[in-house]
Amino acid sequence: MNRHNEMETVFLSVPENESFARVVIAAFAVQMSPTVSEIADIKTAVSEAVTNAIVHGYEGTRGMVTLRAVIDGTVLSVEVTDQGRGISNVAQAMEPFYTTHPEQERSGMGFAVMQTFMDEVNVTSTPGSGTTVRMCKRIAPEARH
Amino acid sequence: MLQSYRDGSRLVVRLAGELDHYCAQSVRRELDRLISDQSIRWLILDFSVLQFMDSSGIGVILGRYRQMRDRGGQVGVIHMSPHIARIFHMSGMDRVIHQLDHQEAAQ
Repeated sequence: MNRHNEMETVFLSVPENESFARVVIAAFAVQMSPTVSEIADIKTAVSEAVTNAIVHGYEGTRGMVTLRAVIDGTVLSVEVTDQGRGISNVAQAMEPFYTTHPEQERSGMGFAVMQTFMDEVNVTSTPGSGTTVRMCKRIAPEARH
Repeated sequence: MLQSYRDGSRLVVRLAGELDHYCAQSVRRELDRLISDQSIRWLILDFSVLQFMDSSGIGVILGRYRQMRDRGGQVGVIHMSPHIARIFHMSGMDRVIHQLDHQEAAQ
């Protein structure tokens, strides 16, 4: 039978919730029997997306961040959504080393990390109303322990 | 508090816990305090007990690398997990930061 499961978690955009989001996605994905390396990939990508929502989406303000995940067979899809300020130029924001906060030593590598560790990354954003990052990763059945 | 030990002009710092955006500021402050001694020529970061790092860690490490480089010093890392090694590689940090084995770090 094709495995199917869904979950949604909503939390405040405070930095403490970056580790909370990583624990949640790891706990949800574990039913796919991922390898240690796959779990690390997923946690890292989610950490980047949630950090972006907190640092950029809700810069200087607070709002809610939604972490949604769907398991469909061997594919894990993850969405991280904020209702923050949005990104006016998504292509530019996704360029490696592009950062609006060099003074905070932000590396500008967040999207590059997501693209390295996940199979697909899509970003939709509307200035003034928020950003959604959609990512998916195939958890290869042969990789299962 | 980060554990560290000094060996001549070398300072070895053991990073612990999770190096994300939330923890980056305190790690940055602590590392800056530790390397404020200008006689330190090598900053060696020990990743053996670090449980997680994302791109916030890249910013922290590159920032300390620039400080060490500007005083003619260097930065090395030991005990890097394969996952953190991938982050080092994709960000190009592996071209400027030395991966040392335990013996080299102790020399």
